[in-house]
Amino acid sequence: MSAPSDTAPLVPERRRGLAALLPASVRALYAGNARMFVVRGFLSAKTNNWIVVLSGFFEPVFFLIAMGIGLGTYIGDVELANGQTVPYAAFIAPALLAVSAMNGAVYDSTWNVFFKMHFGKLYDAVLSTSMGPLDVALGEISYALLRGLVYATGFLTVMQLMGLNQSWTAILSLPAVLLVAFGFASVGMAITSYMKTFQQMDWINFVMLPMFLFSATFFPLDVYPEAIQRLIQALPLWHAVELVRGLTLGQFGPQLLVHVGYFVAMIAVGITFTTRRLRALFLD
Amino acid sequence: MVHAQSLTKKYGDFTAVDGIDFEVAPGESFGLLGPNGAGKSTTMRMVGAVSSRTGGDLSVLGLDPDTHGPQIRAQLGVVPQEDNLDAELKVRDNLIVYGRYFGLSRAVCAARADELLDFAQLTEKAQAKVDDLSGGMKRRLTIARALINTPRVLMLDEPTTGLDPQARHVLWDRLFRLKEQGTTLVVTTHYMDEAEQLCDRLVVVDHGRIMAEGSPAALIREHSSREVVELRFGSTRNAAVAAELEGVGDRIEVLPDRILIYTPSGEDALEHVSRAGLHPTTSLVRRASLEDVFLRLTGRSLIE
Repeated sequence: MSAPSDTAPLVPERRRGLAALLPASVRALYAGNARMFVVRGFLSAKTNNWIVVLSGFFEPVFFLIAMGIGLGTYIGDVELANGQTVPYAAFIAPALLAVSAMNGAVYDSTWNVFFKMHFGKLYDAVLSTSMGPLDVALGEISYALLRGLVYATGFLTVMQLMGLNQSWTAILSLPAVLLVAFGFASVGMAITSYMKTFQQMDWINFVMLPMFLFSATFFPLDVYPEAIQRLIQALPLWHAVELVRGLTLGQFGPQLLVHVGYFVAMIAVGITFTTRRLRALFLD
Repeated sequence: MVHAQSLTKKYGDFTAVDGIDFEVAPGESFGLLGPNGAGKSTTMRMVGAVSSRTGGDLSVLGLDPDTHGPQIRAQLGVVPQEDNLDAELKVRDNLIVYGRYFGLSRAVCAARADELLDFAQLTEKAQAKVDDLSGGMKRRLTIARALINTPRVLMLDEPTTGLDPQARHVLWDRLFRLKEQGTTLVVTTHYMDEAEQLCDRLVVVDHGRIMAEGSPAALIREHSSREVVELRFGSTRNAAVAAELEGVGDRIEVLPDRILIYTPSGEDALEHVSRAGLHPTTSLVRRASLEDVFLRLTGRSLIE
C-alpha cells in the first residue's frame, strides 16, 4: 500500500455546492454528503434483504383486496361530503396508500434507526468521518422515501388497473405520498433518538394502530361526535388520508394546501429535533 | 499534530479529564497509558473532534475541534475501542462506503480498498460478511477502514484488547509498518507490552491527570529499578520473610502472593537471599517493565 502520511490532506474533496454556502454553525453539522447514506442503504439491501424490502409492496394490496373488494361488496358506494358517490374500494384505496407511506416511513425511521443506534453502532462510525448529523438524518430519511416511492408507484398502478383512480390528479399523489413519508420519517427519527429500551419502542405501535383504524381510513369522519372529529383532525394520518384521497378522487381544492402545510411543518420540526439530538448523542 | 493545554472534560460533577497537557509531533507514535476510567477514551474523543471540551486549549492539525470538526475528522483515522463495522455490508463494501462518507469518489475508494485489504491480510475475505470474521480480522478491518482517507493521524483506542496472542502480534506488526512509513499514531492501552512495542513516547494517565511522561525506557529508568526479583514463600510466610530481607535492593514490595525486590542487579539480590538462608518456593529475575512503573504510579488497588 502507499504510505498514508505523505499524501496531501484531504479536506472534503467534493463538497456539494449547497453545503459550501451554509454558515459555519450548520457546516459543522452538514457536509452535504447525505446521499452517501442512501448509497449505503442500497448496498445493504442488495447484500441482505431485498426480498423483505419487496414484501412491503404487498401489504396494502392485500388490505385493498380484503376490505375494498371483499367487504366493499356488502357496503356498496360511499357518499362524499360534496355529494359525489364512489365505490367503497375507491374510497379506501387512497387511505391505504397514505397508510403504507406512513408505515414504511415509520418503520424505517424508528425500529431500523433504533437498532443502528444502539446495536449496530453505525452512527458512531459515520460521525467519526467528515459526515455530520444532518447528513445522517437526511440520508436515512431519503432512503426511506425512495423505498416508499417504489411501493407507492406499485400501489398506484394497481389502483389504476382496478379503475379506482377517478381523476388525472391521482398522479400527484406520488409527490404527496413522498411529502407524507418525509413528515412521518423525520418525526419518527426524532422520537426514536429519545428512546432507550425496546419497551419504549412498543409505544410507537400503540399509537400507530388506532391512528390507522380511525383516521377516516375505512369510513368518513362524520360518523364521530364533534369532539372526536377535532381530535382526529389534529393527527397527521388524517391529513395524509385527506390529501391523497382528494387527489385520487379529483377533489382538488385549497383545503389540500392545509394538509401540505401540516406536513411541511412536521418535517421542519422533525429534522430540527433529529439533528440536535444526534449532535447531543454522538458529538457531545 | 496535536497540541493540548489544560484540556478538561466534565460530565456534570464528574471530571473525566482534569487539565492535561501533551503534544504529539509529526511521525511520532504517542501513547496514553492508564487504567480503566482514567480518561483515555474521553481524551481520544476530544482529539477526534467528536466530543467538545469543557475547558483548556486543544488544536488538532492546527485547527480547533470546536469550530472545524468535519475538517479535522476528514484527516484523522479512528479505530474505536469497540469495533463498529457495518454488519449489513460485506468486507470490501465496508471500506468503500466508509471512504465515500469522506466524499471520496467511488474509483478512489475501490482502488484504496483493494490495497488496504491486502495490507490487512483480508483479500480473501473481501466478499465475506463482517459477522463471519474472527475478532482479529475485524480489528484489522477496522484499522484498514481508518486508513481509507489517507489520514495524517491514526488514533487507536485499545487496539488489541480482547484479542488472542497470535492476533495481537499480527496487529502489532501491521501497526509497526505504518509507523515505519511515517504515520503519526496516537494509541491508548492498558497493556504495558503494547505500549513498549508501539510507543516512542507516552503519558501515564490516572484519574484524568498525567502522572508521568517520557519514552518507555526513560519511564522505567526514572520510576523503577533496572531489574525486579519476584520471590514466593507461600502466602502465610511472605510478610515475615520480607522483614528479614530489609535492605536488599532499592525497594521491597510485599504482595499477598509474592515479594518483589527492585534492584539494579537481580543476580546479586538473589545471592543475598540465599546467603540469608531463605529458600523461596519459586524465584524469578526479570527486567523491569512499564507495568512496574504503571503500578507504582497508579497504585495496586482495583479501579472500578
